[in-house]
Amino acid sequence: MCGIVGIYLKNKDIQSSLGTCLASMLVQMSDRGPDSAGVAIYRDPLTEDEIKLSLFAEGSMDWQALGLELEQCTGSEVLFEPRASHALFTVADNGFDVSTWIRANHPALRIMSAGKSIEIYKEKGPPGEFVSQFDLQQFSGSHALGHTRMATESAVTTEHSHPFSTGLDLCLVHNGSLSNHNHLRRKLRNCGVNIQTDNDSEVAAGYVMWRMREGDSLEQALERALGDLDGFYTLAVGTANGFAVLRDPIACKPAIMAETEDWVAMASEFRAIAQLEGVENARVWEPAPATVYAWGGQ
Amino acid sequence: MSNFDLDTTAVRKLNQYLHQTPADKVVVDKPGGRHSIAVGLDASVDITINGHVGYYCGGMNKLATIRIHGNAGPGVAENMMSGTMDISGSASQYAGASAHGGTLIIRGDASSRCGISMKGVDIIVAGSVGHMSAFMAQTGNLVICGDAGDHLGDSLYEAVIYIRGSVGELGADCIEKEMTAEHVQKLAALLHTAGLDHVLTDFRRYGSARKLYHFDIDHADEY
Repeated sequence: MCGIVGIYLKNKDIQSSLGTCLASMLVQMSDRGPDSAGVAIYRDPLTEDEIKLSLFAEGSMDWQALGLELEQCTGSEVLFEPRASHALFTVADNGFDVSTWIRANHPALRIMSAGKSIEIYKEKGPPGEFVSQFDLQQFSGSHALGHTRMATESAVTTEHSHPFSTGLDLCLVHNGSLSNHNHLRRKLRNCGVNIQTDNDSEVAAGYVMWRMREGDSLEQALERALGDLDGFYTLAVGTANGFAVLRDPIACKPAIMAETEDWVAMASEFRAIAQLEGVENARVWEPAPATVYAWGGQ
Repeated sequence: MSNFDLDTTAVRKLNQYLHQTPADKVVVDKPGGRHSIAVGLDASVDITINGHVGYYCGGMNKLATIRIHGNAGPGVAENMMSGTMDISGSASQYAGASAHGGTLIIRGDASSRCGISMKGVDIIVAGSVGHMSAFMAQTGNLVICGDAGDHLGDSLYEAVIYIRGSVGELGADCIEKEMTAEHVQKLAALLHTAGLDHVLTDFRRYGSARKLYHFDIDHADEY
């Protein structure tokens, strides 16, 4: 079992409340996923000359030294912001492949996300602790996804936690289990998709990234996923501009959605959405099986 | 009359009160999607819940009348024995699963597996139901005023399905059957119970063809 939450703020004037919304939704889903928690927050989009990376280090890490190394490599200023076990780096996007360099020179580091606006933070441990460790309430932004994990098919580690990102500004959270993930992982690796763990959900994230790289829109990629992903899933996929939701045709993993003039939200259960302001007047519905719901364009 | 606000009172406290009180009118505010509200009742309590509820609301209900002004999460009225549940909004998966008796009214839609393995309950859905509804339904009536998703009545036993709208692909061994005068009368009574007004001849009846393995007398010794 796992818990999923997603929130997309249609009203730009309430973007400062993103973190508090996300935190309260996530904590409500603690019973569904007490072993790890994670979020993808979309905020402060960068210009085309810059890129941000969320990095994770097990144990202590000299982020400042890494920043200096990156400044030498890119020849430009590097900004970094440590946050619990993670740090957010903003570096020049000038042709130097930062991700490849980090993997080659700092193999112990994990790149949790890369893109213009995405920031992923995730950690093992109860969701309530995660919220305070990462000071989640303080975030503002346009949209966010969150996940609380109760592991069933692979280890409880930070790397195995959700959200998973395999492409720029793209991430995925999953409640369920995939039965053909080993086969799909081999296939995707042959297509050059970088999959870092043995987790089934990361394969779904890699699949969506691969389809979009091949030219599918997010909606097309998810339509095709219905044929290629075998198993149980409620998925939420975040992109630079919005998010999408998909349930498998059997739809035994719960999902509920709600919309007001100010926001669109999805969650595994209504009690997460019940925390949001204006929920009394929200349109509330259960997403139908095998149907793609998308907000905010791509 | 007693009032409970679930933002300030634990669900367990509400349920303990309901289990210890033989008859009362109870109003529950701010359910906030919480689980297991008003479960395991065994008295003719009259409960009104203002808002959406989470998993298993009214589960195992005996005698009580439970009205939900909102939507219900998965497993509403699961294994209900008697009494009435009336939901103003929609119900999630497996509403009325394995319920033995009583009446479950859903004024919105029900999602998948509505009435799965039902054992005597009457379920009346003003809207539509999702796929696999009435799967292995044993007895009781399922009235659907809207449409049904795929695999309606799969592996049905003796439960009766009345439907006004369209049916997706039928489940194994589920067939359309004649609406006799007796069935029209039964349907009229069920619709009346829910206060719904429809033209009776718009409904069709579905039931078991009794062709599956366990209906064959030659296999009686296998059990």
